Amino acid sequence: MEILRVEHLVKQFATQRAVDDISFSIQQGSIFGLLGPNGAGKTTLIRMITGIFYPDAGDIWLNGHRFDPVNDVIKIGYMPEERGLYKKMKIGEQATYLAQLKGMSKPDAMAAAKAWFVRLGMESWWGKKVEDLSKGMSQKLQFVTTVMHEPKLIILDEPFSGLDPVNANLIKDEIYRLAKEGATIIFSTHRMEQVEEICDQIVLVNKGQKILDGTVADVKQQFKEFLFSIELDDTEGLSSVEGLFDLLQKKEKKVVVRLHEGASNNQVLQHLMASNRQILSFHEILPSLNDIFIKLVEGTPTARQFLQGAV
Amino acid sequence: MNKTWLIIQREYLTRVRNKTFLLSTFLTPLVFVIIIAAVILITVKSVKEEKIAVGDKDGVLKEYLQSSKSTSYDFVDNADTALLSKDYAAVLLAPGNGVNKGTQFEIYSRKNLGVMTEESIRRQVNDAVQTRLVTQMGNISKQAYDSIKKAAKATDLNTKVVGEGSEVTSGNSGVAYGVGYATSFLIYITLFLYGSMVMRGVMEEKTNRIAEVVVSSVKPTQLMLGKIIGIGAVGVTQFLLWIILIMLMSTAVGAIVPPEVMEQVNATNRGMPGAAMTTQTNDAVLMLAKTSNTLSAVNWPLIIGCFLFYFTFGYLFYAALFAAVGSAVNEDPQDAQSLMFPITLPIILAIVIMINAITQPESSLATWSSMIPFFSPIVMMARIPFGVPGTVPWWQLGVSMTLLVAGFFFTTWLSAKIYRTGILMYGKKVTLKEMWKWAFKKV
Repeated sequence: MEILRVEHLVKQFATQRAVDDISFSIQQGSIFGLLGPNGAGKTTLIRMITGIFYPDAGDIWLNGHRFDPVNDVIKIGYMPEERGLYKKMKIGEQATYLAQLKGMSKPDAMAAAKAWFVRLGMESWWGKKVEDLSKGMSQKLQFVTTVMHEPKLIILDEPFSGLDPVNANLIKDEIYRLAKEGATIIFSTHRMEQVEEICDQIVLVNKGQKILDGTVADVKQQFKEFLFSIELDDTEGLSSVEGLFDLLQKKEKKVVVRLHEGASNNQVLQHLMASNRQILSFHEILPSLNDIFIKLVEGTPTARQFLQGAV
Repeated sequence: MNKTWLIIQREYLTRVRNKTFLLSTFLTPLVFVIIIAAVILITVKSVKEEKIAVGDKDGVLKEYLQSSKSTSYDFVDNADTALLSKDYAAVLLAPGNGVNKGTQFEIYSRKNLGVMTEESIRRQVNDAVQTRLVTQMGNISKQAYDSIKKAAKATDLNTKVVGEGSEVTSGNSGVAYGVGYATSFLIYITLFLYGSMVMRGVMEEKTNRIAEVVVSSVKPTQLMLGKIIGIGAVGVTQFLLWIILIMLMSTAVGAIVPPEVMEQVNATNRGMPGAAMTTQTNDAVLMLAKTSNTLSAVNWPLIIGCFLFYFTFGYLFYAALFAAVGSAVNEDPQDAQSLMFPITLPIILAIVIMINAITQPESSLATWSSMIPFFSPIVMMARIPFGVPGTVPWWQLGVSMTLLVAGFFFTTWLSAKIYRTGILMYGKKVTLKEMWKWAFKKV
């Protein structure tokens, strides 16, 4: 079942078109990756889905109905990349307050906050102030305030930044659990290794436009370069074969080859076997999302900026 | 609306529970009272009796020069400056005595006499000479002249205001002046105090990045209004507490310090340049202490009602603008300063107009500016104590109030548009021109 569908969304700012005709849909219970370099329009897109901005054109459908920002906010949990909490407020009160703003009653909000605090091992923090928390701790609190009103659609913008591996895993497990229980998660990031690990489906945006849409496996198939890594007991004298493969790399027992068009895996294996070599391993090298990402956005100014930033 | 109420509660409770709020609320009146008490104490203590030797062999002052609390005169035969070494603070020589060869009185001292002492000696000498000349030339006794002076002093000028019809009320422009000054200054201070509190609150939300979380749950306008109303409620609470505390403490001070001391303090203060401030404060206290009869002539329900109205809507009018500025500012407080300028300018202008209007409450400057929402909370409050509908006709009051409420809706509408854009805009320095664009672009 589709939980969210956006159709031809457009948002125009004074100087540029931040979101330019983007459409996609998300299945309920899936983990959806929204990728793109900085300034690609991700945040604007998310702000329209969360009702902070009104789109200039296009439609948003939530759960089969047209999105109504006033009444549907309780169905959405949003953790922005630029996140914050009231520094002087006690943590328990803060969580309760934010849940009440979403529309929960006070007792419900208290109960939910307590349950989440127990689950994530934060019970002892209840009376502390946010200014006394470490960055990782406030990150966990922020996550709790995002999900404690049991939203159907959870939007997380860079949820792991600032978290140590232990807490990152804790949050990751919670994300899996929430998805299993039927929540849908939109995961906005530019950390590709996390996307590969977590997401079912991805959309890549650049300069306000959608440039890629599909499951992670599909996308990888789509961009594969027919590269194979082969391990042999003896690589002596191995070279490219016309009509079959190019030898790209040779390192002791390992070689990387690119298959020519029309050549099949079995033909390559037969050729190797015929030369009387033992095949130790043979597997396809699929491009990482990172490679695909860079390939797609390469050459655009935002991408260059992004790549420099990533180094 | 329910969510706005939640925001109001949070804004109110977090501030009221804050230690600085409690401290400032309870310490401010205490400090105020302590300062007044200290001023009284110091002026009373500093009045010490100065012994002055008088050389007056022709008897121009004798019998006429009266010692006072701060100065006592000894008439010494053959007085000269040598007496300075004999316990006298100063030597006053009439013309022709000792070293004084001139035609004027001369006074000699080792160190400069205090301004107050000098002034009171001058007055007493003048008085003495005047009494001598009048009694001698008019050929009346000193006692008769004293009683004449007393009678003249006791004559008062009772002011009456003739209203519509034949109704006559006793007017008191002094009280009106004092009340008008106090209330409009109070509004002036409130606008700044709580207006900038709103601005800082918005800046905090923006720099903490909490705004984006909150506006995904509520409309930005709700967040802004919740903050403005919440802080306004804090202001009202603080003012009520201040009024109660100051009343309690001034009653306590009044019970401890007898009125004669207050009179004396005022009398001594008047002759002291630079003491205008304390004199005014003391005057106000004294006036409140002894003018219960004239105060009853003032239409208190109307003044208090108008004060609450102008206080509330003046605050709301400006707080919305302060919120808009807060939303446009990034971390840099310097930006806040320059963006605040267009808001602080009319407030300061209003106080300048008020100082003029309070002396001429019916001038056209006072009349017109008390109807413009930017100035009306301050200027109108200065005019109202002079009388409604005497000085301020009902229609003017009505227009002023209507325009202020309309102005409040306008600034809130305008600020909401700026706020909505500004609160989510990070890292960019915003100019007034851009804020203008945000306010008038389509959504």
